[in-house]
Amino acid sequence: MNKELFIFCLRLADNCLILAHRQSELCSKSPFLEEDIAQTNFGLDLLGQAEAIYNFAVEIEGNINTPDDLVYKRNERSFYNFILSEQPNTNFAFVVIRQYFMSVYLKIIYTTLSNIKDSKLSGISLKALKELDYQINHFELWIKRLGLGTKESKEKIQNAINELWIFTGELFERDNLDLNMEKNGYLLNSNLFYKKWINFINDIFNESNLNIPKDAYMVTGSKNGIHSEYMGFILTEMQFLQRTFPDAKW
Amino acid sequence: MSNKKNDLGELWEVFIQSKNGLPYKHVGSVYAHDKEFAIHNARDLYNRRNEGSSIWIVKSSQIVAVDLDTSDYIINNSDDKIYRNPTFYNIPDEIKNL
Repeated sequence: MNKELFIFCLRLADNCLILAHRQSELCSKSPFLEEDIAQTNFGLDLLGQAEAIYNFAVEIEGNINTPDDLVYKRNERSFYNFILSEQPNTNFAFVVIRQYFMSVYLKIIYTTLSNIKDSKLSGISLKALKELDYQINHFELWIKRLGLGTKESKEKIQNAINELWIFTGELFERDNLDLNMEKNGYLLNSNLFYKKWINFINDIFNESNLNIPKDAYMVTGSKNGIHSEYMGFILTEMQFLQRTFPDAKW
Repeated sequence: MSNKKNDLGELWEVFIQSKNGLPYKHVGSVYAHDKEFAIHNARDLYNRRNEGSSIWIVKSSQIVAVDLDTSDYIINNSDDKIYRNPTFYNIPDEIKNL
């Protein structure tokens, strides 16, 4: 169980970490100052969640020293974040949709985890839920305004939805490890999970006059460490210092 | 206090109440296109570190201010009426927020 719980935690924390990295790229580059602060804030929230879960993972694994080892010393194939999380900040609409899809996903995960017996993991989840409620609300405000805004804003947000939709299939995949986590109450079963997730999306898209794309081909692979072409660049930047000066101290 | 409208939206003034029962204090301003985003922006700029228990947002253009040049009779109307201030009372130590 511990080995599986460890990987389960990595999958969750890797998503938070890579989303946080994408958010951090917006620092000083958001459309305007107030939004810049909001977006960077979300990055910090996610990084905090990643750190807390990595810490927990390090504790249960026993042979790894610090979360830094997990972040800076793993190769691409050992990262388990969804391919959706690593998609670039093509334009503001892509940021809004990627973060919204993932915020809702994380909210559902954390809601389940906040009810399990493990007090550490449930504590981390409760704290994260508060942060995610704000993020979800913030991105919903944007989706509504872009969807009901000008012709151009609607086109851009619908385009981001269409482009990112093929990455959402992974959110509901279940491998053997996931099925065991379901049995132990750490994860909702795929159908129920999907229903909860799509309800959020349906509600806000209806309100915003936006369409859910028809289901077609869905990208897959991250549970086995397979990623899109963007992941290598993220890690190159993130791990540069550690790779160049191993164990450098501040 | 400009009420110019630009790409960033309108200017809003932010007031924060640090504790229940205390008066709201002006802490600064934010740009936003509507009241929901004004609240969000104010939250991120002025209430990240638990500064307050409540926030008020007001459109800057909705604030009525006196004209400083012609308002002597509004602002300085008690210069020669020292008896209007309770300066001759001792304030008990227990009173904290006067």
